[in-house]
Amino acid sequence: MENSIYLDEARDPLIIAEGWMKDGKDVAIATVVETWGSAPRPVGSHLVIDADGNFHGSVSGGCVEGAVVTEAIDVIDSGKARMLEFGVADETAWQVGLSCGGRIKVYVERLG
Amino acid sequence: MDPYALKTLNAERRARRAAILVTDLGDGRDRVVREGDKVAGDLGAAIAKAFRTGNSGSVEAEGRTFFLNAHLPQPRLVVIGAVHISQALAPMAKIAGYPVEIIDPRTAFATPDRFPDVALHAEWPEDVLKRQPLDSYTALAAVTHDPKVDDFALKAALDANCFYVGALGSRKTHAKRVERLLALGATADQIARIHAPIGLDIGAASPAEIAVAVLAQAIHAFRSRGLDAKGAVA
Repeated sequence: MENSIYLDEARDPLIIAEGWMKDGKDVAIATVVETWGSAPRPVGSHLVIDADGNFHGSVSGGCVEGAVVTEAIDVIDSGKARMLEFGVADETAWQVGLSCGGRIKVYVERLG
Repeated sequence: MDPYALKTLNAERRARRAAILVTDLGDGRDRVVREGDKVAGDLGAAIAKAFRTGNSGSVEAEGRTFFLNAHLPQPRLVVIGAVHISQALAPMAKIAGYPVEIIDPRTAFATPDRFPDVALHAEWPEDVLKRQPLDSYTALAAVTHDPKVDDFALKAALDANCFYVGALGSRKTHAKRVERLLALGATADQIARIHAPIGLDIGAASPAEIAVAVLAQAIHAFRSRGLDAKGAVA
């Protein structure tokens, strides 16, 4: 019960990202910065990714995480942040879109 | 993200202090703003609002687009007294998104039987609060009617600037309590923050109805905090 009032450190994406950084890993952080319509995760939600494709957290209900992880590995390599957009109206929706019908914008940046 | 910003942000979050990560979406630069830090202009107004509402979002200011990610500690409710009111208050508050802890040294009251699925401490508030201090994202409701149990916790709640402090008892009971708290070193301004008699005035009669009145008052205190003091924009 006491975990509910303090951070659940074992599952907290930003705590995990800090731990990875301390272990010398390259890390990317993805953040939901905008949502339209029904979106499974609120603005501010995080997915953190390391260079091997390990990840924690979520930016959707599991619908687009795969695509975000792929982009994140590019971002780790290039160091250049990217803004990704997912939604049913989007071309990519056919591959990885949101079944809920919403749209989300995800900012992906390298840590450091 | 700047590694130093991440470390700073996580340190604030671990300490249950509010912080906002401000990211310039144009160049990716970011910084951590703590509650009370002075930020001027439209950006400052947006930051003040984000601290109050806890909502994250983008804002246009100074010809740039900033993303504000608001990290507010989970508000929680500490109840002094494992009484009938608390039995109704605990599940209601949990549903409303305010996890509850109950403290009562009287072991006849504080039994898991009476309080299933609640963090329950059959100990003196002095001992529990030493381990788990109160803070400004904690509400405290003192409902034992017993000065030996309630008074220390009320003084601690005022000193920790809990966003809500309520105490059960009639006006007459409260007048005596005020005398005792003054003797404990509380200031008149601090004591004026105590909601007593406890709960919104909805004519609550049963223990469960009083619980509704207390919960509603605590929610109101949380959602309106800082509005008078800081002159934040709505």
